Amino acid sequence: MATTMTETTPPGTEAPAFWDLDPHEHPPGASTMLGFWLYLMSDCLIFAMLFAAWGVYGAAYAGGPTPKELFDLKLVAVNTAMLLLSSITYGFAMISSDEKRQGAVLGWLAATGLFGAAFLAIELYEFSHLLHEGAGPQRSAFLSAFFTLVGTHGLHVTFGLIWLVTLMVQVARRGLEPANLRRLQCLSLFWHFLDVIWIGVFTFVYLLGVMR
Amino acid sequence: MSDTLIKTIFGRLTLESFPIHEPIVLATFVVVALGGVALLLALTYFKLWGYLWKEWFTSVDHKKIGIMYMVLGLVMLLRGFADAIMMRLQQAMAFGANEGYLNAHHFDQIFTAHGVIMIFFVAMPFVTGLMNYVVPLQIGARDVSFPFLNNFSFWMTAAGAVIVMASLFVGEFARTGWLAMAPLSGLDYSPDVGVDYYIWALQVAGVGTLLSGVNLLATIVKMRAPGMTMMKMPVFTWSALVTNVLIVAAFPVLTAVLAMLSLDRYVGTNFFTNTGGGNPMMYVNMIWIWGHPEVYILILPAFGIFSEVVSTFSGKRLFGYTSMIYALIVICILAYLVWLHHFFTMGSGASVNSFFGITTMIISIPTGAKIFNWLFTMYKGRIRFELPMMWSIAFMLTFVIGGMTGVLLAVPPADFVLHNSLFLIAHFHNVIIGGVLFGLFAGINYWWPKAFGFKLDKKWGLVSFWCWVVGFWVAFTPLYILGLMGVTRRLRHFDDPSLQIWFIIAGIGAAIIAVGIAAFLIQIFVSVRNREQLRDFTGDPWDGRSLEWATSSPPPEYNFAFTPVIHDLDAWYDMKSREAARPTTGFRDIHMPKSTGAGVILAGLSAVIAMAMIWYIWWLAILGFVGLLVVAIGHTFNYDRDFHIPAEEVTRVENLRTQALAARG
Amino acid sequence: MSRLSRITPFVALPLLGGCNTVVMNPAGDVARQQADLILWSTGLMLLIIVPVMILTVLFAWRYRASNKDAEYLPDWDHSTGLELIIWSAPLLIIIALGALTWVATHTLDPYRPISRLAPGKAVPANQRPLEVQVVSLDWKWLFIYPEQGIATVNELVVPANRQVRFRLTSSSVMNTFYVPAMAGMIYTMAGMETKLHAVLNRTGQFGGMSANYSGAGFSYMNFTTHSVDQAGFDRWVDGVRGSGLQLRRDEYLKLEKPSEKVPVIRFSAVESGLFDRIVQLCAHPGETCMGATMAHDGHQPGSHPPVNDRAPRAGEPKGALLKDPGEKGSSPHVTAPHGQPHGNREPGNDSNRNMTRLELPALPGTARAAQG
Repeated sequence: MATTMTETTPPGTEAPAFWDLDPHEHPPGASTMLGFWLYLMSDCLIFAMLFAAWGVYGAAYAGGPTPKELFDLKLVAVNTAMLLLSSITYGFAMISSDEKRQGAVLGWLAATGLFGAAFLAIELYEFSHLLHEGAGPQRSAFLSAFFTLVGTHGLHVTFGLIWLVTLMVQVARRGLEPANLRRLQCLSLFWHFLDVIWIGVFTFVYLLGVMR
Repeated sequence: MSDTLIKTIFGRLTLESFPIHEPIVLATFVVVALGGVALLLALTYFKLWGYLWKEWFTSVDHKKIGIMYMVLGLVMLLRGFADAIMMRLQQAMAFGANEGYLNAHHFDQIFTAHGVIMIFFVAMPFVTGLMNYVVPLQIGARDVSFPFLNNFSFWMTAAGAVIVMASLFVGEFARTGWLAMAPLSGLDYSPDVGVDYYIWALQVAGVGTLLSGVNLLATIVKMRAPGMTMMKMPVFTWSALVTNVLIVAAFPVLTAVLAMLSLDRYVGTNFFTNTGGGNPMMYVNMIWIWGHPEVYILILPAFGIFSEVVSTFSGKRLFGYTSMIYALIVICILAYLVWLHHFFTMGSGASVNSFFGITTMIISIPTGAKIFNWLFTMYKGRIRFELPMMWSIAFMLTFVIGGMTGVLLAVPPADFVLHNSLFLIAHFHNVIIGGVLFGLFAGINYWWPKAFGFKLDKKWGLVSFWCWVVGFWVAFTPLYILGLMGVTRRLRHFDDPSLQIWFIIAGIGAAIIAVGIAAFLIQIFVSVRNREQLRDFTGDPWDGRSLEWATSSPPPEYNFAFTPVIHDLDAWYDMKSREAARPTTGFRDIHMPKSTGAGVILAGLSAVIAMAMIWYIWWLAILGFVGLLVVAIGHTFNYDRDFHIPAEEVTRVENLRTQALAARG
Repeated sequence: MSRLSRITPFVALPLLGGCNTVVMNPAGDVARQQADLILWSTGLMLLIIVPVMILTVLFAWRYRASNKDAEYLPDWDHSTGLELIIWSAPLLIIIALGALTWVATHTLDPYRPISRLAPGKAVPANQRPLEVQVVSLDWKWLFIYPEQGIATVNELVVPANRQVRFRLTSSSVMNTFYVPAMAGMIYTMAGMETKLHAVLNRTGQFGGMSANYSGAGFSYMNFTTHSVDQAGFDRWVDGVRGSGLQLRRDEYLKLEKPSEKVPVIRFSAVESGLFDRIVQLCAHPGETCMGATMAHDGHQPGSHPPVNDRAPRAGEPKGALLKDPGEKGSSPHVTAPHGQPHGNREPGNDSNRNMTRLELPALPGTARAAQG
């Protein structure tokens, strides 16, 4: 919406103002949060399609192994805990950024990065285990959909980590200036978004998959 | 060198991948190459590289980016139309013993390329270009929300176009039809590079389209001038808003489905294969979930253009503004509820088919309402038959027929006999040419003087107009008739000689359209030559109604020295009728975004990655990807992204305009 | 709907008088009803299209700028009454059309046995539909007549005025089975079965085709449909039975390989259950039928031996990223086919289905004389 509303007179009376003679500026980044939300929603749609694919292919084992034979729920639970913890630590980073405590922000970001990396490591271990058992994405449509959905999420986390490291360097170099605060907010949205997606993955893929 | 090493370095690229023994392609290649070299030499000779790089390629100005989109669309139109002519010629020749001049391998690439190019690299750039140019001006903004992203989006679209064009000379394009339906497009049945070209061109261009959608949405929501409430927004901006909602909500679907197809091809997954639990019907469903909204992504901006044009040239407020807006929104929502009508014949149950048939018909209600609204805008107006208005009237007369045949195809039992027939081909060309293209020509003729400061030549414009309209009907009426004769699409040879006459007529129609395209190019050429006679000094050559006409033609870099304040829907008409004085003093510094070359580089690297993936050159793909990451990260370290145009400069530019306006009285 | 055809001249486009518009003038009752539906829908829509077109021209002329006599109301932009008409007129037409659509879609559902042979002529209670199993191959049509125990390639013969039940599938990519004179089209898809019920009311020869692009030989994927009387049909069946060619799995696998411009072939005997094997994707030796796979998937995990160690099938295409450099092949720039001359269906091979002109795969004693 317009930032400054000039009060207008009803037409027909006095000539109202047609030009805003004051400096009229959209501060840099005024649309960033909206734009980033829009991007996240489009990303969400990609995941929606992958979930839809999981819905269609989730039981297409093609004579191959089934979720019950493959999934190790304990490992996935640990993995989920890692990601949830990383979300919490990111929350603390945001609180510290509100308080303008740069050192604390960097510390919490580092913690977030470690939890994220742990999540990725466990996921990679799980994948390699599956591949080792001969249950690769080529094996059946069920496994294709599984690897694609979980892998796409993992890829997002990977990019989130790259972004996180970049941002840590930027915060360390330039401090908590407006542009960096904006970036922190965007990454925060992104990180929590991945958390939400993962909860969907955990529920629909792992839990319901094993119960099937 | 061992074969393994060569394959590791060059992937599946071999000398054979170049058209060394294909006379038609080789000749085209030579002509294009010579033309390209001549162009490069000319640019170097006239020392234009620096100018192009600084003023255009790296520019984040929405106006320049808009113009670059239009140039891209025009260039690709010529390519796509060349494909059309080749098809028409083949189908007019190949009867009985005559096999025509194109074998199946060639013909199948041509109809695929024609569809892909016309939708993704002609219609989309034209539509995006117009929105880019006009929307910020109409809402009284100085640029879009994310100027750098805008530049990047354009170059991604251009990179997609480059990838498609490369397939003409290196390897081949897909032989699958424009939606690359699985399982035909899978590794089992199309192992060569064609489908990979298709996938990567669309993925690269798709990033551009999606980001430009996000950008324009944020712009329209956040950057409107004070006083411009949603219901005071010009209709074209409204149509852009709805279109970009459709883009943001539809293109991720395309990205996802193409990603799954590429996993099938690159990793060997089983999404759309016949075996291993895969299901090709899933592909058909998913691609149309994107594909149908895409149709509205193209036509809604055209509806917006017609609304502006009809209102302006009838000298009247748009009739039924509110109902126009609601019609747009209803169409936007319904666009997602009709995709199955593209494959009624796949054997879904009668109730499913009826549901999708009826939702499709319901779309014709808001569309019909829009037609009536334009009609009653003309009613009791003072209609000036300038070129944009002529295109609009031709649209109204042509589009209703296309709409009617469309509703006909939405009746499932009728679709059972018309699906995949030439009747279908005639229908969607009727709405895409008669709707989208006529709209784009109306828009180009309407906004050209704004963009370049002079009108387009009317005489050649009329030649182009009549050739297009007449050519369209001559080319596609026979296709309607052939469809009713049970003739289906994508055939390169026919047995029944009695059909030939219809294909010859259709070929003549295509030739008339070719004259129309030539006349359009001549129109631009003549207008540039006679630009002094056609000069628009006022910035308002058509007695316009919306804000873009409130500034000079072409607008200054900053669009408006002072931000306009809006009191009425037709903001500029309101200013004119209440004699709002243009401020001539008190200018201030204006804050503007800086140009950057990052967009060009990122898009170039994306094209390199795409080509490497297409040709299985893994090391290059990895290298390109690392490069992409480095450049992208490097770009985020650049915090110095804007500058101020000093008040003296603004004063100088605005004083020139004051003088020009005074000189005209 | 029997009265529909009588009003045909009322809405028929005079333009079409001269040509053979088989879609509008078909030989089968199903297609007849579909054509009537086209006419009705067009008529309904013209109710609104014609006035709009007339008004467009009229307003454009009447309110041209040079006509200073015409009334000019620059600020007139709303009329509730008009808006009501604008929205309700199309709405009423769509309600009518929607009702028509709902009924017609259900009565003309291709999966549903037809309820009449012709207007006013019900299907006789004792008449069993003739079953024809249809397989779209690259690029020809295989018709199996299970009751008669015969099969043909690119020749469909049906008795007139008898309901035919088509069961359709595909050996590879999607195609569409379409005989415009008989009924609407329906997709054929590998691993799936679709159905179509239709009847031909006249004797004669009618064209049939694939209407969905399926690759290089698609343009020639045509066949002739002969509609004959019952006696003629019996004679034809006897003739086919005497042809001496048999369609067993071996012959089928040869036939299945890509080829184009295939002349008519007639088989006097067909291996039983062949169509089901094709539908279940197990016509090739060593392939598990889909039914068996699905049964396995339904079992309690662990109750059956693990199947995780499946070796890749012979010729199964590898994803590009998994290929060794030597397996990458080359993708030549061709507008004419290269590679192996014919018959290659090795999935993933560069020359797979790469052909424009091919002779028939050699079948023992193919009767060339049989070609139509």
